[in-house]
Amino acid sequence: MIDLLLIGLTRFLVGGQARWIGSLPEKRQRIYFANHASHLDTLLIWSALPPSLRMSTHPIAAADYWGKGKVRRHIALKVLNAVLIDRTTQGAPGAALVPLRSVLAEGESLVLFPEGGRGNDRLPGPFKSGLYWLSQEFPDVELIPTYLDNPSRAFPKGTFLPIPISCTVGFGAPVARRKGEEKDHFLERAREAVAALASDLVP
Amino acid sequence: MSLNDKLLILFGGICGLLAVASLIGFALSRKAASEAGQATIDNLNARIKAWWVMIAIFAVSFALGRGATLVLFALTSFYTLREFVSLTPTRAADHLPLATAFYILLPLQYWLIWIDWYALFAILIPVYGFLILPSLAALKGDAQEFLLRVSRIQWGLMLTVYCISHAPALLTLDIAGDGGEAFLLLFFLITVVQFSDVMQYVFGKLFGRTKIAPVISPSKTLEGLVGGGLSAVAAGASQWWITPFTPSEAAAMAFAIVAMGFLGGLALSAVKRSMGVKDWGTMISGHGGVLDRMDSLSFAAPVFFHLTRYFYT
Repeated sequence: MIDLLLIGLTRFLVGGQARWIGSLPEKRQRIYFANHASHLDTLLIWSALPPSLRMSTHPIAAADYWGKGKVRRHIALKVLNAVLIDRTTQGAPGAALVPLRSVLAEGESLVLFPEGGRGNDRLPGPFKSGLYWLSQEFPDVELIPTYLDNPSRAFPKGTFLPIPISCTVGFGAPVARRKGEEKDHFLERAREAVAALASDLVP
Repeated sequence: MSLNDKLLILFGGICGLLAVASLIGFALSRKAASEAGQATIDNLNARIKAWWVMIAIFAVSFALGRGATLVLFALTSFYTLREFVSLTPTRAADHLPLATAFYILLPLQYWLIWIDWYALFAILIPVYGFLILPSLAALKGDAQEFLLRVSRIQWGLMLTVYCISHAPALLTLDIAGDGGEAFLLLFFLITVVQFSDVMQYVFGKLFGRTKIAPVISPSKTLEGLVGGGLSAVAAGASQWWITPFTPSEAAAMAFAIVAMGFLGGLALSAVKRSMGVKDWGTMISGHGGVLDRMDSLSFAAPVFFHLTRYFYT
């Protein structure tokens, strides 16, 4: 019920049309990794996925936003199936990945925002290393670059209310793993795969 | 004849026309020769199908009355403004004026029509909106391309909210005759605008040779304009019995609607061209976005509203 309401509201305000450019909405274990501009991003990807995939896909959400308040927390955990992670504590490297590992170990899919925080630019900034470690640890999981067009205009950082601007979600071709590839090289290649989708979406 | 009888005849007539169009489209789709021809016919059939849906929505809102019709047009304004803003480059500092346009000015404009406050709805956007929006943008302290950004928001709001709202505003007019007269005026406006668009398309496809503004809209031809325009004027004149106009006055009104509608289509094509796109969106299959269907109405509605207001109330 709440999920239909949320999808309805998302579609009404920002559209959230899915464009499968290099991959298809297949039932496979995947990590969707996307540029991050607004609190709408999680909702956008979630409503762009077909219902059959939505159930087994878990967006990673920042505990300091989505974990705050009863309503938001309920939506994040019970409706969006989100995994809340704490990005404020600087623990041992990889400690934040623990809940993500268990999701992947169960055969479910993830939505990651490897930039960490929200930016206001059209193209994604440098990626954090989590995506690399997970890709090494779970070599059978497909890595799908995802580009969110326009949420940085519809709901820029520092504003309280999203405005109605059509946003599109582009899903690209899986990023292939290369043997012995260095971390920074891989992360830059993954970032470029997301950035490349930006020009595919906007003619 | 009661209002309901008239509306029944009118909607029956439209359904008849659409049924003929559907049959022709079906026949054509069975004997298309070339691939390009097939694409044109597929597009034609998608357009006809979308017309059925649009007529159905329109008929239901008419049946439900003034409130539903206002909501329908408010939603139309919402979607067209969303399409306009989506294609227009904006900066983070435009967020506040845009939020004001969407969440305050748009509902306020339609509310003023609902309570029939003519003196304010006629100036809300062109006076108060035009002063407040740039002020809000300036408060954010971003001077880059200021005039350009402000005018984009203002003109978008003007076309999609102010102009389009003049179509349902016809319902506030106090016209001699029975109380439903105004619904028939709205029907008159919409059928003339849309019939003109359809017939310009048909005449253009069949006989189009002389392009009027090839850089801005390669599909607009003199043959299409004359053939389509004359058919729409004739269609308008033939509807004189539902309006306060005599047959020749109805033809003159239809002429004004056709002329403004053509200019609206042309001007908004130029906007699209400047943004490097062909359609405003993808909402209506075969037609493009909602604004692709409403561009002519946007120019025709305020002119028709004022002509009728000055001469017939």
